[in-house]
Amino acid sequence: MRDRELVIVGGGPAGMAAALAARAAGAQDVLLLERDQHLGGILNQCIHPGFGLHHFKEELTGPEYADRFARQVAEDPGIEVSLRSFVVKLTKDREISFLRPGALEEVKARAVILATGCRERTREMIAIPGSRPAGVYPAGLAQKIVNMEGWIPGREAVIVGSGDIGLIMARRMALEGVSVKAVVEIQKTSRGLVRNVVQCLEDFGIPLYFQHRISMIHGRDRVEKVSVVKVDDEFRDIPASGFELSCDTVLISVGLIPENELLEMAGAEMDRKTNGPVAPEVNLTSLPGIFACGNAFKVYDLADSVTRDSELAGRAAARYLGLK
Amino acid sequence: MKRLMTCIECPQGCSLEIEADGTRVISVTGQKCKRGDKYARQEVEAPLRTLTTSVLTRGLELRMLPVRTSKPIPKEKLFEAMEGVKRLVVTSPVKAGSVIATDFLGLGVDLVACRALNKI
Ligand SMILES: Cc1cc2nc3c(=O)[nH]c(=O)nc-3n(C[C@H](O)[C@H](O)[C@H](O)COP(=O)(O)OP(=O)(O)OC[C@H]3O[C@@H](n4cnc5c(N)ncnc54)[C@H](O)[C@@H]3O)c2cc1C
Ligand code: SF4
Repeated sequence: MRDRELVIVGGGPAGMAAALAARAAGAQDVLLLERDQHLGGILNQCIHPGFGLHHFKEELTGPEYADRFARQVAEDPGIEVSLRSFVVKLTKDREISFLRPGALEEVKARAVILATGCRERTREMIAIPGSRPAGVYPAGLAQKIVNMEGWIPGREAVIVGSGDIGLIMARRMALEGVSVKAVVEIQKTSRGLVRNVVQCLEDFGIPLYFQHRISMIHGRDRVEKVSVVKVDDEFRDIPASGFELSCDTVLISVGLIPENELLEMAGAEMDRKTNGPVAPEVNLTSLPGIFACGNAFKVYDLADSVTRDSELAGRAAARYLGLK
Repeated sequence: MKRLMTCIECPQGCSLEIEADGTRVISVTGQKCKRGDKYARQEVEAPLRTLTTSVLTRGLELRMLPVRTSKPIPKEKLFEAMEGVKRLVVTSPVKAGSVIATDFLGLGVDLVACRALNKI
């Protein structure tokens, strides 16, 4: 088992910022492991503008924001990037196992930073009744399908949840010629940015129903329609307020949860509610020498804030290693 | 005539109040910075939006290349621009910032790549 100074798991904005900051703080030997074939993480599918206003003082798309860091990482001789490398095991003593094409590798790190991002909450987690027809997608998966694979999941869509991902996907689908019937939000306000409500919904005349929920998804093989009902302040259905919307696609955008299987496996104390590590301050875990940053630590709204805090993680790891 | 709008130039999303006579803006209030004023005047006169989408590729690492217009285009041209994008196929390697189409559809803006893509 080879010894490494610092191993970072995940090559999204969090992992890249942590790697660069650790180097700047004196780390000599950084191994960055990413399961995908490219660096950038979720930014690769976030092709809309809205990134970098804080960090670069200009408005970039997700891929442009990622590209700026990926280039710096590639030029740094002290960072070894290993792509198509899927970390499957982490111990509290910082032993790491990862799969890459044709090999299972094992390394022992003096410090570890987990930057594994988050995953989407699914329909199961919010319990929408009805049949299980094709055409129901988590909004982030639909984002990947449309933006990266280049196919359109349907012709008429209803979006559940008005967070930024839901709003951005409403516009994206509308631009691709899909008739977006509505965004349905159970709360009284949108969790998303006002600018996204304006430029994603109002620009395209897409109705936003606050204090409404989908009470049923209909359809045998494919979604045919959804039932929508108004709710009161205690989220109880208001009788006789229901209506139906015909559609062949439902996108579900109901929030994100940190992805922390490795941290759990290593035995770190976890917060059951948020799925983030229990920590006295940002980026720490209950295990010495193991740090977490970016969406793996807590779900962030802006990639710029991920970059800022993940730089702190890189410096914290360097301090733990006794550098500067 | 008074008009209310939300500035979409940054995540602050300031509420603007605009006093206008047709498309002639008399005053703008509510903006936390200069860009809000500029945005409001443009929005009343002729709204502009940056288009971001992705273009089909052939022989490159990913099936789709994310692209953007180099500058915002008239809002009412967004769908026409999407049609134009659908007719393109990128076959040569690109870097972030590479121009995919110059003076795209005669709109006076370029279509540029948002990331690097190499041959397979
Ligand atoms: C669907 C979706 C859409 C979003 N849209 C926006 C948006 O529009 N605007 C915005 O500002 N923010 C958006 N966000 C938030 C965005 O996630 C953050 O801004 C930022 O990208 C998070 O960075 P990260 O590096 O923590 O995570 P990610 O970008 O998710 O990177 C995590 C990386 O870790 C890798 N990884 C995970 N597990 C392993 C493993 N076991 N082994 C090896 N590699 C692993 C993944 O492949 C990935 O590349 C979105 C998030 C999601 C999930
Ligand atoms: S006025 Fe300035 S601060 Fe306010 S939303 Fe517009 S750009 Fe942002």
